[in-house]
Amino acid sequence: MQVPVPFSPDQASSYSGQVDALYGFLCVLTFVVGVVLSLVIIYFAIKYRRREETEVGKPIEGSMKLELAWSIIPFCLSMGIFVWGASLYYKMYRAPGEALEVYVVAKQWMWKFQHLDGQREINELHVPVGRKIKLMLTTEDVIHSFFVPAFRVKLDVVPGKYSTMWFEPTKAGRFHLFCAEYCGTSHSGMIGWIDVMEAAEYQSWLSGGAAEGSLASSGEKLFQQLACNTCHRSDAQGRGPVLEGVFGKEVQFQDGQRLIADESYIRESIITPRAKVVAGFQPIMPTFQGQVSEEQLLQLVAYLKSIGAKSPGAASTNAQPAKPAPPQQ
Amino acid sequence: MEIAEKVIPPRTHYLNATYGVKSWLLTTDHKRIALLYLASVTFFFFLGGLFAVGIRLELLTPKGDFVQAETYNRMFTMHGVVMIFFFLIPAIPAVLGNFLVPLMIGAKDLAFPRINLLSWYIYTLGAAFTVFAIILGGVDTGWTFYTPYSSTYSNGNVVLTGVGAFITGFSSILTGLNFIVTIHTMRAPGLTWFRLPLFIWSHYATSLIMILGTPVIAVTLLLLALERIVHIGIFDPALGGDPVLFQHLFWFYSHPAVYIMVLPAMGVISELVANMTRKNIFGYKFVAFASLAIAVFGFLVWGHHLFVSTQSVYAGMVFSILSYAVAVPSAVKVFNWTATLYKGSISYNTPMLYAFGFIGFFIIGGMTGLFLAALGVDVHVHDTYFVVAHFHYIMVGGTIMGYLGGMHYWWPKITGRMYPEAWARFAALVVFVGFNLTFFPQFLLGYMGMPRRYYAYPEEFQVLNVMSSAGASILGIGYLIPMIYFIWSMRYGPHASANPWGAFGLEWKTSSPPPTLNFEKTPVVTWEAYEFTPREEMVVVSVRDVLDETLRPRPVGSE
Repeated sequence: MQVPVPFSPDQASSYSGQVDALYGFLCVLTFVVGVVLSLVIIYFAIKYRRREETEVGKPIEGSMKLELAWSIIPFCLSMGIFVWGASLYYKMYRAPGEALEVYVVAKQWMWKFQHLDGQREINELHVPVGRKIKLMLTTEDVIHSFFVPAFRVKLDVVPGKYSTMWFEPTKAGRFHLFCAEYCGTSHSGMIGWIDVMEAAEYQSWLSGGAAEGSLASSGEKLFQQLACNTCHRSDAQGRGPVLEGVFGKEVQFQDGQRLIADESYIRESIITPRAKVVAGFQPIMPTFQGQVSEEQLLQLVAYLKSIGAKSPGAASTNAQPAKPAPPQQ
Repeated sequence: MEIAEKVIPPRTHYLNATYGVKSWLLTTDHKRIALLYLASVTFFFFLGGLFAVGIRLELLTPKGDFVQAETYNRMFTMHGVVMIFFFLIPAIPAVLGNFLVPLMIGAKDLAFPRINLLSWYIYTLGAAFTVFAIILGGVDTGWTFYTPYSSTYSNGNVVLTGVGAFITGFSSILTGLNFIVTIHTMRAPGLTWFRLPLFIWSHYATSLIMILGTPVIAVTLLLLALERIVHIGIFDPALGGDPVLFQHLFWFYSHPAVYIMVLPAMGVISELVANMTRKNIFGYKFVAFASLAIAVFGFLVWGHHLFVSTQSVYAGMVFSILSYAVAVPSAVKVFNWTATLYKGSISYNTPMLYAFGFIGFFIIGGMTGLFLAALGVDVHVHDTYFVVAHFHYIMVGGTIMGYLGGMHYWWPKITGRMYPEAWARFAALVVFVGFNLTFFPQFLLGYMGMPRRYYAYPEEFQVLNVMSSAGASILGIGYLIPMIYFIWSMRYGPHASANPWGAFGLEWKTSSPPPTLNFEKTPVVTWEAYEFTPREEMVVVSVRDVLDETLRPRPVGSE
């Protein structure tokens, strides 16, 4: 699927060629429609130009057949384009089961990345080529948008929630990362690079940094610092539910609703604990809003994921649990 | 041309019936109110244009060096706010619509002349707030006012600007209401719905959007102001609100607003195509109902602005499919205009040149809409210059071309004077070239990945940006020339006859300029729309006829 399209960025993800193919098709269609209509208009304009001042046109009623034809044909054509575009979109926003996860926190005006192994980066993200990369993004302030033209991917990063996107780089190199949603004074300065590296290079890059230990272990420390463990004790004696094995499992709430515990649920439970209270417990947990940063929240999430239901060894870079992710959140 | 009459006996018309500032500021004559609007929107067009000049100068070089980032952000915001709320939305309905709706239906005035004047005052009040906000330093949120940036983080005059747009909205609602009531109740005897000029149909459709959509933006801006001032927590996630909700509310109005801008232009183009080819519009009913279909479907597609804003994948699909549905009636109009040319008597006067330009731009603007409605492609081009180019093709290439075409066409009716045709054709050509050079490169920039609202940009985008800026300077000249010769013609232009174009329609059956009450006596309509030739001679055309006609002159046996 490597159709070269003029005036297009590098094709550097599994998705790029597919987007370019549809784009190329639409360009050709536009060109054909534009040229044919223009020629018809120019032909008529010359052939039927006014020859005398008092001349009038021939009255023509219209034609039902023509009206139907130029309603139905464009409709069918556009439905075809719809299906083509929608299938791409569906693929793009359905996170794959197995992927290398990176957590992203945007703020005015920078991108902060946290790898599961503990490496942190700003405005520069290192990823291996040929692996599916899943990003979980949030923001500390306004809406930003994570845009990598070479990968043909973009997703808004909305405060108060986790957005998920994925891509699979197919080419090593450095590619632009832009913020695409206007976010204030230095919006155009909120740019960075995606460094796509060969697998071996990536491994050596990984072993280079990470002084602080894995993301989950930072989360575990934080879990103790914030004294979460005084209530959420592993011996089932605490005032809060036991959190081992919760992630990825169904939770039941006081009002009878159920939910699979995912990242967003954990975030919500820390920020607004009383929004969903687990059945059998009292709504006594205080909010941690303003006390933990978005990055720390992600560390806590990573920790709870690591002690979650299906992936006991989640601190490794293969940590993605096999749960089917919701198409887009 | 048979248009100019040498000697015109002195005669009382709406322009010289009374004199003095008061006679203008307290007028209830729809024609005079149209001219009040003309002065206002022209001012805002050039004010918005001034901001555009600043934007294009800054983007000449990749580095931010012409102004500060903060200033740049305020410039593009004010460019959008001024152009959309104070020029594009009122331009055609409030100037041409106000002037022509009563004339075209054979009425003495709009149904509520005083409300009509009130709506100009409301517009002016709203505009005053916005101008005040600009003088105080402007606002930097983008014309879209997205939360939580606008509600919490921006330090611009968000509330003041919002109040300006909020107030102006009411003038839009009142104008829409006035048009709907007028069209329903004040048509001349014999003027049935299907005898109406298509300009009236498109203004009727526009008015529906105005009265149904505008209240939503009013509520949205009100909520935004409350959020910003007293933190009610509807959009702020820290208070349990949802910032994306703002986008839904905003686009629920602002997408239909695109049709407020373009439907009246389509109405103008229908008039120009019919009258400049001197024949009836091909498929009149289809064109008329296409306007209504666009108005109705236009309310159902706002979510296509949110394809990457984390709305559900399935919602994205619904909005995508509905966006394609709205493309069909737009296409139908283009095909019908093209078919109208067939066997017409096509004039190359300036209004028709603008109509040709409109059709060309609308084909590109419309077709690139298909790119944006295609979910997988939109993800890449969303919030890039591709979108900027697309909506300028629709709004500048569509609305302004329609507006200028209409201004030239009805100028003799409005002022009783002709404009200089040669200059006007030249200006139309300059606009056409300048426009394409400005905005076509932006499609390429967008696909290459240049995000919109960027003050500085990576170097690989420079060449196309320089082309765009060069085009903008040509376009600017193209807009200044008509400004100059229109002013010139008000005093020195040759007098126009009642019907200088040999056009059809009630507005051409009264003198130029018309008397205050439009018609000496109420006309009785016994003819169809654009009935240049008696109806008995009407033929139904088939594709075969067209092909026969087209192929016949070719020499036989040339192979």
